[in-house]
Amino acid sequence: MKVAVLIKQTPDTAELPKVSPEEVRSGDVKATMVINPWDEYAAEEAIQLGDRFGASSVAISLGKEGETDALKHALAMGVNSALLVDVEAAREGDVWAVATALAAAVQHEGDVDVVLTGKMSVDGNSGAVYTGVACKLGWNLLVNVTKIVDIADGVVTAERSFEGGQETVTMPLPVVISVAKEINDPRYPSFMGIRKASRAKIPVLTAQELGLESIPRAVRWENLRKPEARHTEVQIIEGETVEEQAAKLVDALLAEKVI
Amino acid sequence: MTSPMGFLFNEEHEMVRKMVREFAAKEIAPKIKELDRKQQHDPAIIAKMAEQGLLGICIPVRYGGQGMDYISLGIVSEELEYVDTSARVVMSVHVGLNSLGVLQWGTEEQKQRFLVPQARGEKIACFCLTEPDAGTDVQAMRSTARREGDHYILNGEKVWISLADVADHFLVFAKTDPQAEPPYRGISAFMMTRDMPGVTTGSYHGKLGVRAGNTGWVKMDDVPVPVENRIGEEGEGFKIALSCLDNGRYTVAAGALGLIRASLDASVRYAQQRKTFGVPIAQHQLVKRMISLMVQRRDAGELLVYKAGWMKNQGLRNSRETTLAKWFCTDASFDSAADAVQIHGAYGYSDEYDVERFLRNSKGAVIYEGTRELQQLLQADYEFGYRRYRPLRCELPAYDPEEWTREA
Repeated sequence: MKVAVLIKQTPDTAELPKVSPEEVRSGDVKATMVINPWDEYAAEEAIQLGDRFGASSVAISLGKEGETDALKHALAMGVNSALLVDVEAAREGDVWAVATALAAAVQHEGDVDVVLTGKMSVDGNSGAVYTGVACKLGWNLLVNVTKIVDIADGVVTAERSFEGGQETVTMPLPVVISVAKEINDPRYPSFMGIRKASRAKIPVLTAQELGLESIPRAVRWENLRKPEARHTEVQIIEGETVEEQAAKLVDALLAEKVI
Repeated sequence: MTSPMGFLFNEEHEMVRKMVREFAAKEIAPKIKELDRKQQHDPAIIAKMAEQGLLGICIPVRYGGQGMDYISLGIVSEELEYVDTSARVVMSVHVGLNSLGVLQWGTEEQKQRFLVPQARGEKIACFCLTEPDAGTDVQAMRSTARREGDHYILNGEKVWISLADVADHFLVFAKTDPQAEPPYRGISAFMMTRDMPGVTTGSYHGKLGVRAGNTGWVKMDDVPVPVENRIGEEGEGFKIALSCLDNGRYTVAAGALGLIRASLDASVRYAQQRKTFGVPIAQHQLVKRMISLMVQRRDAGELLVYKAGWMKNQGLRNSRETTLAKWFCTDASFDSAADAVQIHGAYGYSDEYDVERFLRNSKGAVIYEGTRELQQLLQADYEFGYRRYRPLRCELPAYDPEEWTREA
């Protein structure tokens, strides 16, 4: 069995407020780049599927040559191999274009049974790429998976959560799965993994190799702006007794028309 | 890290830094304020450090370690102390002062018996040199080790011992020849273990800083230590202690660099948010001066620390460079933390912000593992030629990536 884990390289969330719209427009973001935190859960699950079912794993990321920090992080965690997809039309395109390039890379890799990915990216926030990948591949899609119970006889059994409930589903392979954070506790890269990853030469798949010199796009960015920073105030409610504190809190909430 | 990639650090180092930064942010930062307030040591943090391999980072793989280099040891120390000094202290005593001492001076059999479980984090190690009446003046120690057959009988009391109540293995220095002249020639080193009869330990409370760390005393009442637990030859203890300090001080210096960075980052954040006279205080010249001084200390400290780390990798003696880095960085971390409190104003004076903890934590390292004053005297003595490196029977091995990652 082979598992492909789709990984995005995103700015460190602590540094996101520093990123300017100009940097995003030019694609030259001056922040520490890390593996998208949601994709860490997918990478961890790929490693665990290796331990449980002997699956081999490959991490796939879309990016310019040299943008390999996130892939190396996945390798250092224990994912078996990595692949960088350098397709300019996808990088500069919309969600559909990204999905097109990633699906093509999965097909190029061959023999993939399961595609894993995080539920969204911390920068783009679309949460739609995996839907596009499943659509392009023509595979089944499972979203918000909290547990992969079993993979046997070409069928995956998984638990997924949805608003107000949890369900156990079965689905024939191949399948695209987006994972929720409840699925596991991602490990830190090991020192042995770091040694291996820092020396790894990550192969690059080009647009020519995938036949994706141009990808039609449906969405264009007309404008890009940063939301205004929200100003919040913290009030500490003090009082001699809990009752007094509670009464003051209720008064304050009433005054603010919260209740 | 302010130096561009390739100057001091390679990609492997950068990945180590990212990993430890994430580790400290997730495993230590969320609970450190409360632990510090309660003066409580949390053994779960050491357990996590062990699980992650930090406790054997620069020990060869065949001795249970991770096979990374000495620069990685510095990076780990730096990133841990960025969050709290107590976690860095574990690296200093377990790795720097004890494990590297065994790597340098231990026999192959001792490495298998002590170093392997220490590097794996199965046994926690500490370093017992200081006594109530013997700090900088190590020769004045009163602890004794009397040879009786195939054992030494240890008696005495050690104080200010980090991890005293936590450690399983104690690298103890005691006099096998109390009449020796000069007195340091009578000191020998022993690996004492907690299960030996006559070992008692206790913890201190009421320390100015490093309140989440365990510090205490170790008492030895007729402790029978087998001869095969003697590290080095009889009378070599002083040289062994100084070798250990070369590595402990390196981790202290690197940790202090982390504390400078933490003070600077907190100050930059706060100065851009806090407004006085209608503008962020970042725009006031005297605030800028304090920030600039912290930048100067950080960049200079980084060069001093990792020069020493590079020399360790090469197998070059580095006592002078390490003591210089330790002196500069610990003093600079105290000054930077004090400036950080100043920038935070009254808020910095309360534990609502981290900088008051940084200030309290920074003072200890100006005193321990060689006072600032001792480090200053050493620099002058090296310069005048009063102090020179003499060959050691056992040198700290240079870092050899192939050798250190060899499985057996």
